[in-house]
Amino acid sequence: MMAKQYVSWGRYPYKQQKGFDFSWRNQELPENTNFLPQGNARSYGDSCMNQNGVVVSSRKLNRFINYDQKTGLIRCEAGVTLNQILDLVEPHGWFLHVTPGTKFVTVGGALANDVHGKNHHVAGSFGCYVTQFEIMRSDGTRMVCSPLENADYFAATIGGLGLTGFIVWVELNLKKVENSAVNVENIKYNSLSEFFTLSEDSEEDYEYTVAWVDCLAKGEQAGRGHFSRANHAKNQVKPSRPKMTLSVPIDPPLSMINSLTLKAFNSLYYNRQKEERAYSTVHYDPFFYPLDGIKNWNRVYGPKGFLQFQCVIPPENSESAIREILERISAANRGSFLAVLKVFGDVPSPGLLSFPRPGATLALDFPYQGTKTLALLDQLDDVVFQSKGAIYPAKDAHMSGSHYNQYYPKVEQFKQFIDPAISSSFWSRVMEEK
Amino acid sequence: MKNWLILGATSAIAEEVMRIWAGRGYKLFLVARNQDKMDMIKADLGVRGASQVETYVLDANETTKHISMLDEADKRMGHIDGVFVAHGTLPDQKACEQSYDVAYQEIHTNALSVISLLTEVANRFEVRGHGDIAVISSVAGDRGRQSNYVYGAAKALLSSFLQGLRNRLVKSNVHVLTIKPGFVDTPMTAEFDKGALWASTEQVAQGIVSAVDKQRNEAYLPGFWWAIMFIIKHVPEFIFKKLSM
Repeated sequence: MMAKQYVSWGRYPYKQQKGFDFSWRNQELPENTNFLPQGNARSYGDSCMNQNGVVVSSRKLNRFINYDQKTGLIRCEAGVTLNQILDLVEPHGWFLHVTPGTKFVTVGGALANDVHGKNHHVAGSFGCYVTQFEIMRSDGTRMVCSPLENADYFAATIGGLGLTGFIVWVELNLKKVENSAVNVENIKYNSLSEFFTLSEDSEEDYEYTVAWVDCLAKGEQAGRGHFSRANHAKNQVKPSRPKMTLSVPIDPPLSMINSLTLKAFNSLYYNRQKEERAYSTVHYDPFFYPLDGIKNWNRVYGPKGFLQFQCVIPPENSESAIREILERISAANRGSFLAVLKVFGDVPSPGLLSFPRPGATLALDFPYQGTKTLALLDQLDDVVFQSKGAIYPAKDAHMSGSHYNQYYPKVEQFKQFIDPAISSSFWSRVMEEK
Repeated sequence: MKNWLILGATSAIAEEVMRIWAGRGYKLFLVARNQDKMDMIKADLGVRGASQVETYVLDANETTKHISMLDEADKRMGHIDGVFVAHGTLPDQKACEQSYDVAYQEIHTNALSVISLLTEVANRFEVRGHGDIAVISSVAGDRGRQSNYVYGAAKALLSSFLQGLRNRLVKSNVHVLTIKPGFVDTPMTAEFDKGALWASTEQVAQGIVSAVDKQRNEAYLPGFWWAIMFIIKHVPEFIFKKLSM
């Protein structure tokens, strides 16, 4: 067993982890220790960390097992990344039904967090396309889970944060696409209510919708931003794939994100598009994975790291709660570099603890600046709690344990499926604080 | 289209190299000790595009079985264009110092077993008038150091053997590549703390594939190891012997 420095993507909290590589699907799990299965550690907070314990890494468990080019059914080991799947299947006209904003996550991680994408309003979450998978429990038993077989573990493991067992392999359905391009329409809008109107108007005809929000705009303009809506291209276009050229090779001694750079960025970004509407046809890479183009972008936040915050607010409270959250951030002068807003649809998520549910979801990130940052997050957590929303564990390092239990009402039902040897920093935190 | 035979096919570096070759549609003949692991790799290489994947169980130390293994490879694959040798162990230096038997076994695994195999392969390729031989040696073979000189000696033996073989086979159109990786993050080095000099298996695999494509004679991987070893090789012995390396 090696002492590797496994840290989460947000690099807060910064914890040393002992790593154990699970490289072959017929191998055994470590004995006599508590552990947490881990994929590519792209979760932002502590849900992929196991303080004082071991993480069992699936990074080397990354083989394909089966792939039917005719039907688009693929089975692979848990450590295969979405990037590796796309590289393999996209040339054959297949794509992922659901993809999050980075392709450098593993299928095991995508399953354990029941991730979502810009097409949630029509497609639902990642778990909706998982046909079956195998988990291995700490006592050595292996279980194939599907909607028909071990259906209770199937529902518990999707979105189950890795707590129900080590995911060994996953099988999923792919979706047919004509080519690698997406047709994008980018609309500059001026207020939060305009966002909701645009979102509603786009639901039927556009598979992908998302907005970037200028979170330093105040008053009437609060919530202004760029709304982008897109569909896979049907025509025979082949846009070239941009190469990954940028990288943040070292840790800057201080966060490069501060109130000055934030103001400049938000204002420049909002005004980058002169006209109200712009159309383009682009390769799927920059559309789905804009930040993947900058290697180690998380380092711009400096050695103290950053915290993400992503919530979902039910439709009846969406506009008022999102407005209040934006106001509080603006009042605290703590704007977020990237603020992303989207309306989820009502396709049911298959997991007991799945995050996606009907309503509007807002994602933000804040450089960690000590108690000031945590105090703001407390306020935001309260707004979410009051408006009957929920916070996303994959992006969290702070939410209150008692709130967690309201956000995820099936927690009690879930508990019976937890493997006794598995623990995580996140889970200990939200269970203890109760 | 190329037909490669890979010895040590379940090693982390070999697996990454084979993934690249599979993507090009090559035919691959895998040789290793563990059938279960080879089966998992075989399925993966098939999905990635290899046009044929065969497996063969053999412990490379069983040198008397090398000829029958090569015959079987020729039979199943039609013919072999290339042989990639990736098996090896990282000895416990202290144990080697205590026991000649341990030291001998390590030298057998890391050098003599390869020499046995390549003696036969070289003769076959020489007759056919073409072929690629790519072998993983190590920067450790460039100079003996107290921390792992038994491993270093085995790799030095291997590197010198390959030099001579290259010299002999150049007129027969057979190419010999000596691969000298530095520190690579593999299961073989799982116990080490990893610093800035460490490379990933993917990086090293890309370097190997590209060195084969370019028909290079010797490849330090990553390339900066050439400069490190240049310096290490040129430190005068009266100074070097006092260093703790």
